[in-house]
Amino acid sequence: MENTPGSVWVIAEQIDCQILSVSFQLIGQARKLADALGTSVEAVFLGDHIEEQARLLIAAGADKVYLGSSAELELYQPEIYTAMIVDLAQARKPAIMLIGSTFMGRELAPLVAARLQTGLTAHCIDLVLDENKILEAKIPAYGGLLSIICPQRRPQMATIAQGVFPIPELDETRTGEIIPLDIPADIPQRIETLEVVREAADGVPLESAPVIVAGGAGAGDPEGWGRIAELAQTLKAALGCTRPAVDEGWAELETMIGQSGKVVSPELYIGVGLSGEQQHMVGITNARVMVAINNDAKSPVFEQVDYGIVDDCREFVPVLIEKIKEYYEKQVTC
Amino acid sequence: MFNIVVCVKAVPDPKEACNIKIDPHTKTLLRCDVPLVINPLDKNAIEAALQLKEQLDAHISVLSMGPPEAGNIVKECLALGADQGFLLCDPAFGGADAYATAFSLAKGIEKIGSYDVVVCGMASSDGSTEWVGPEIAALLNMPVVTMVREIVESDRDRWKVKASLENGYRLMQVKLPAVFTVTRDLNTPRTLSFSGIIKARKKEITQWTVSDLGVPEEAVGLKGSPTIVSQLSATESKREVEMIAGTRDEKVAQLVQKLADVGVL
Repeated sequence: MENTPGSVWVIAEQIDCQILSVSFQLIGQARKLADALGTSVEAVFLGDHIEEQARLLIAAGADKVYLGSSAELELYQPEIYTAMIVDLAQARKPAIMLIGSTFMGRELAPLVAARLQTGLTAHCIDLVLDENKILEAKIPAYGGLLSIICPQRRPQMATIAQGVFPIPELDETRTGEIIPLDIPADIPQRIETLEVVREAADGVPLESAPVIVAGGAGAGDPEGWGRIAELAQTLKAALGCTRPAVDEGWAELETMIGQSGKVVSPELYIGVGLSGEQQHMVGITNARVMVAINNDAKSPVFEQVDYGIVDDCREFVPVLIEKIKEYYEKQVTC
Repeated sequence: MFNIVVCVKAVPDPKEACNIKIDPHTKTLLRCDVPLVINPLDKNAIEAALQLKEQLDAHISVLSMGPPEAGNIVKECLALGADQGFLLCDPAFGGADAYATAFSLAKGIEKIGSYDVVVCGMASSDGSTEWVGPEIAALLNMPVVTMVREIVESDRDRWKVKASLENGYRLMQVKLPAVFTVTRDLNTPRTLSFSGIIKARKKEITQWTVSDLGVPEEAVGLKGSPTIVSQLSATESKREVEMIAGTRDEKVAQLVQKLADVGVL
């Protein structure tokens, strides 16, 4: 058994017993990595009343699911989740551990990595194996891509944004093993999740929207942002944003597109008042058609889209909204 | 006395950071002289500590790791109202990834000695990993809540906080000592006052080297980092842009036509 390579692990996540799409996406990519390494895909899946859902992870490509299903695990509890994953990883020694860049994943991954004294690459946009079968995690930086590796320590860990990899087809006939986990008795209970409150998201969700309007710092002020939001509404599009728009307080973090936000692939993307910062653009490169409106003709955004318009978005957008409305009215009357 | 440690990082000014690029030929970083400033989210961390100091009889220590110039941002925190400043400063700390950074800061916090809470910004504007706060917590065996957006109750031994979550928040109860990483929704950072700057002149910044921390050089900096950059590659856009020109009305009309052609209207 000495020479058996460690397996590829995915920490699968559920909300209200539903497996998140990023977890399926990671199982799909883990399958490819595991096949290339000649090893298995194993998922760790914690929650309550999730036995049925665990089968879906096998259908997606997992060979084994370590299943913790009990009332104490219903909500993400940092200390119990960390301890269970760390204990299991120390016993089973996976080669690779992948975690979605969700709110839970972004807290859990560094807790696990530090306890295992290993490396963790943040918010990757690709995962490949190098010639020595070491995991290369790619992140955008400084106008290019950095490949990060963890050559010595194990597991090699990475977090990955939702949408980076496709959801694999589910094959209900696939077989695999479900291994129930016990909750260890001696976990310190210094921290407790008392309540999880979901506030209704308004507007069209980014993940499934055929059209996305995204705004950036060029909106200038809340009023300028309001015009971009109105453009999205007029087009029945989802409203996305860049990091500066979140920093200004105009937009919610959940609507951020990019490396540490969401990776999406709509039919049409319109970027308004944004400069084409790479951390944003990696989230939208798979859009079919891309349009940018920016007042600086030299903006790097114009090197990354299909159609470019140099204009002040604060003045251009209201005119555009009017014309789109006129177009719609004509369609109705014809 | 309630002891707060705030970890801060000197980062290239985010307003000018886009000037740091990869040379596509040599694949090395082309750094223009981008000045170092305090990481924006660390200002929210300092502000949280200052607000606590107004409520409780608290003592604020500021801890950073970086080149000698990073001392300036520690000084800035002292001028804002922090009591004591510490800078981990040694060439051996250089090239640290998130784990080695968290390890060194955790050793610094241990050397500071007393801490009821450790506050960090949720992420740094240059590294953007978000790992340092939670890894400090794991290494010091303390509980952590990341992405705190509201401190609901701040007793001396137990806190209740709201932390951001997909479309909502989680309400967490935490026994101190604990680590918190904060978002910009938590507060509005105050600006420097003249009297603060005068008072900060008398406050000392303590510098510690690797040997001051009593750890081997192999445990910090590049040598202590599990991850390394194996490659830098330039990316090229696969798209060819067509600029839509003309008067504003002409541009709008052409764009509406393009949208109709794409089939999204």
